[in-house]
Amino acid sequence: MTKVEGKNREHKVTIYTLSTCGWCKKTKKLLKDLEVEYEYFDIDILTGGEEGRIREEMRKHNPRMAAPTIVVDDGKEVIVGFEEEKIRRALGHG
Amino acid sequence: MADKNAILNRTKKNAEDNGYYVCPDEDLLKDLIDGLATNEDRYGYGACPCRISSGLKQYDSDIICPCEYRDADVAEFGMCYCGLFVSETIKNDPSKMKPVPERRPVEAQDAGMEAKAKAESGEEMPSPSESHEHVQVGTDSKGIPIWRCVVCGYLCARELPPPICPICKAKADKFERFSFG
Repeated sequence: MTKVEGKNREHKVTIYTLSTCGWCKKTKKLLKDLEVEYEYFDIDILTGGEEGRIREEMRKHNPRMAAPTIVVDDGKEVIVGFEEEKIRRALGHG
Repeated sequence: MADKNAILNRTKKNAEDNGYYVCPDEDLLKDLIDGLATNEDRYGYGACPCRISSGLKQYDSDIICPCEYRDADVAEFGMCYCGLFVSETIKNDPSKMKPVPERRPVEAQDAGMEAKAKAESGEEMPSPSESHEHVQVGTDSKGIPIWRCVVCGYLCARELPPPICPICKAKADKFERFSFG
């Protein structure tokens, strides 16, 4: 897990991403631009014991396991894909 | 190390040959090519950079770029799942690029992940093509085997049968080598 600091900590934001995916990169950049604090898991480069656990966590929020999956407040809202408007709205930047 | 320029040129040529265009968003295009190069180095084949790969080629063959879902996605959404290939409309107005819902059957993805978990735990795993080895080979003009889905009759030319039939969703074991005469 990698944590990215930001001054907006109103919501707990966790994203499941692939290190190779351009849309995941766009999602990370948007969150950074919005100065939202978040944590991310690049699920293609997880190692050992962590891998199974994190993938199951992702599957729980999004059975399709499509990246990026954006989880707000432990699943209160789950956004699949770089849906910029939805992400902004969920994080109070609509 | 995979040659990124070669991947880009190959992608451009393939787009042109099929009436498509490459991603008009230059940053995204660069990221996607980088991702393909990473996957080539990591797995030995250019799996879609925006999908989870099993690392097992026979289970990922449907998502090796250009993936089997590209044509249907460009037809319906103007772009493929990752956005590497787009239609003329999207090329002219990149702001229309939007996330494409995953068309790959979830069973295909799960089959790959299950096989990967088994391979990692050291369990013996039959290759999806094993049971077909003694069947007479039908090939296309390039010598690639032709596979027939015995359920719906879908035909495809590829090294191994697809993990799941893109038409009727039958599993790989429902495919047999197609032979002439």
